[in-house]
Amino acid sequence: MQPAHKTLLLAGGTSDIGRETALCYARAGWRVLLAARDVGEARRNADDIAARTGTQVSVHRLDVLETDQLQAFLDALPTLPDTVVCVIGELGDQTLAQRDFSHATRVLRTNFEGPSLLLSLLAERFLARGSGTIVGVSSVAGLRGRASNYVYGAAKAGFTAFLSGLRNRLAPEAIHVLTVNPGFVRTRMTAGMKLPPILTAEPSEVGGAIFAAAEKAKKDVIYVRKIWWLIMQVIRSIPERVFKRLKL
Amino acid sequence: MIEATDGRLAPVPGIAIRRAEFSGWGRYPRHQSGLVTLTAPADLTRWISGQTGVIARGNGRAYGDAAVGEKVTLSTRSLNRICAFDRQSGRITVEAGLLLSELMSVVVPLGFFPPVVPGTKFVTIGGMIAADVHGKNHHRDGGFGDHVEGLTLALPNGDVLSCARDENPELLDATIGGMGLTGTILNATFVLKPIETGFLRQTTIVAPDLAAAIAALSRTGDTTYTVAWIDCLARGASLGRSLIFAAEHAGRADLAASGSAGDAFPPPRPGRISVPVDLPGWTLNRLSVSAFNEAYFRLGAAKAGTPRLVEWNPYFFPLDGVGGWNRIYGRRGFLQYQCVIPTAQAQAVLSEILERVSRHGSASFLAVLKQLRAGRGLLSFPMEGLTLTLDLPMSAGVFMLLDALDTLVVASGGRLYLAKDARQSRSTFEAGYPNLPRMRDLRRATGAGGRVSSYQSARLGIQ
Ligand SMILES: Cc1cc2nc3c(=O)[nH]c(=O)nc-3n(C[C@H](O)[C@H](O)[C@H](O)COP(=O)(O)OP(=O)(O)OC[C@H]3O[C@@H](n4cnc5c(N)ncnc54)[C@H](O)[C@@H]3O)c2cc1C
Ligand SMILES: NC(=O)c1ccc[n+]([C@@H]2O[C@H](COP(=O)([O-])OP(=O)(O)OC[C@H]3O[C@@H](n4cnc5c(N)ncnc54)[C@H](OP(=O)(O)O)[C@@H]3O)[C@@H](O)[C@H]2O)c1
Repeated sequence: MQPAHKTLLLAGGTSDIGRETALCYARAGWRVLLAARDVGEARRNADDIAARTGTQVSVHRLDVLETDQLQAFLDALPTLPDTVVCVIGELGDQTLAQRDFSHATRVLRTNFEGPSLLLSLLAERFLARGSGTIVGVSSVAGLRGRASNYVYGAAKAGFTAFLSGLRNRLAPEAIHVLTVNPGFVRTRMTAGMKLPPILTAEPSEVGGAIFAAAEKAKKDVIYVRKIWWLIMQVIRSIPERVFKRLKL
Repeated sequence: MIEATDGRLAPVPGIAIRRAEFSGWGRYPRHQSGLVTLTAPADLTRWISGQTGVIARGNGRAYGDAAVGEKVTLSTRSLNRICAFDRQSGRITVEAGLLLSELMSVVVPLGFFPPVVPGTKFVTIGGMIAADVHGKNHHRDGGFGDHVEGLTLALPNGDVLSCARDENPELLDATIGGMGLTGTILNATFVLKPIETGFLRQTTIVAPDLAAAIAALSRTGDTTYTVAWIDCLARGASLGRSLIFAAEHAGRADLAASGSAGDAFPPPRPGRISVPVDLPGWTLNRLSVSAFNEAYFRLGAAKAGTPRLVEWNPYFFPLDGVGGWNRIYGRRGFLQYQCVIPTAQAQAVLSEILERVSRHGSASFLAVLKQLRAGRGLLSFPMEGLTLTLDLPMSAGVFMLLDALDTLVVASGGRLYLAKDARQSRSTFEAGYPNLPRMRDLRRATGAGGRVSSYQSARLGIQ
């Protein structure tokens, strides 16, 4: 094990969860490639990670909706990473998505299509090399559709299914795929929402859990706070005829 | 995400304004204000122009109303990145919302220490600059502001200016100690000092009365850190009875000599105790504080004489181990009174102040005496003299007592610290801060006047 020579690609380099995840890897000596569509904001995080850890951090432009550019994006990276963590996503606005197709399309593409295509291109390259770890940040919202966020939830459900299929396919090749269901996290995505403290993780907690699950325990699916596993077991076991009348 | 519940607030897409109740660490006074949380420096420059009644807020550790905007309070806590850090020279540039505790957790293990730290590490770098905070080394090293090489300031029209000794120097000096009244500090550059270990070599001196305490502070003036803890319930001949803690950063040799084979930079232990709920106001009565002070004094006196090694965290931040300790004063809150008295009058005026506080029977947990020299900023608190800090629970007559103390302070040519103030009058303030007219001129010139304002600046008529 020579972590000093390993490289992380963090897709979504401006996100709070992404920043903390990258910090965890950098503290362990990993080199970090931060990919983001807002290069200026990503640079802010890159400088911070480099200053705190003394590790090398570079910034690469990536808009996951420009799917025809994804190959070129990967070609331009200085090296093929050992691990990719994709935190790209957008909660969107459910009521807007109900009447505005372009918004619904963007939420579906940002949470499902873009991340899935990016990770499948990386999977091919990892296969060719014979090693790699793939981490996708999905959501408990993808485990059962609810009136309040089913467009986002459906996209995350698609992403979760995609990751599980990828894991199934790559297991014999020793390429590891991790699905992360963070539960509530205190980030700018949830800023201003009233979240129950025991169900709400800090971004640094999510970062630590991702690093441990991906690089040490080699887990397949994690819930950052264990209680979410239980909650989702209960929510998934409610019969549809009851569930459809609930306000959740 | 626009949630402007108040018609006077100008909503801007993507920036949410929530109304909330704010106070400082003393939990008095409480005011309504709109909260805006900045996630990136660009947010601010996009949003600020056209706003009025706005003030920046760091971690809310100022005691009174300094960090509460008349209309909008700008939380800087997400501006918490380290922008650059040279591990050779110790020069560091950080965003203004970075907590001192976070900075220290990064740099102390690498052998660096901030040039100045206040009595809690839960403050932001922006707050440290805006209050030009002093530490136990002010007599030697000046305030935090003296170490700021440069900073970036967002003016109320959205312009962003660099300030340094050779670039907008007047604005720099007005911003240091300026309590946020020149605009919002976005980032700052300063140099950390090298340390060999995370320990301090501390000597405790027992002073039986105030004169002895002042003499001991002046005698230890060559020591980097000195501070006197006064038992302010001691009366008569023992008035001003103190323990003086003098300390230097310990070297590797000190650590070896102490026989410790441990880590030179032990990780700070997390606080063990915290105060989860408001205690009823009567918890701190004269008896309980008296008992506490007695125990504290005896414990400290027993350790007097021989130097011993103390970790940096308990030495500099003894209160940080008790989370939310401001709640022991109950929901009514409390006042902290901090004045500075010019050296020549210090002994006479301070003993009069201690005398009156003692007679009033106001229990004071904390009574701290430090030596200061002149400060850098236009509204910086420090001046050549001695500064006394007292905590006073809310009680009938406490405001009258403090008004009377103000008269003594003003007559001596001293002043009160804005970062602690929740109640001083305009005339006390104006008498203590002779550079106020220059601050007003500068605020007029930059457009900050009338637009950048806190409840404190309005209360004190800083315009
Ligand atoms: C237990 C305790 C011990 C203390 N000990 C000391 C001590 O030893 N010495 C000392 O000097 N002080 C001391 N203080 C006071 C404290 O250091 C100051 O009040 C400091 O300003 C608090 O920083 P903050 O980040 O919490 O700022 P806040 O309380 O949020 O704000 C304080 C002031 O700074 C301004 N400000 C904050 N951020 C910015 C910014 N980005 N741009 C412009 N203006 C800004 C605000 O407008 C306000 O006027 C102590 C306080 C406590 C609670
Ligand atoms: N916060 C929670 O409670 C929570 C709960 C469950 C799951 N999650 C998931 O956790 C992940 C991270 O979220 P977060 O809370 O850290 O919020 P966030 O800061 O909003 O993160 C979302 C990230 O996705 C990026 N992004 C969006 N569209 C993109 C595109 N087309 N191309 C490239 N990047 C794009 C954003 O970049 P920009 O900065 O450019 O917008 C941002 O970095 C998301 O997948 C989210 O769904 C969050």
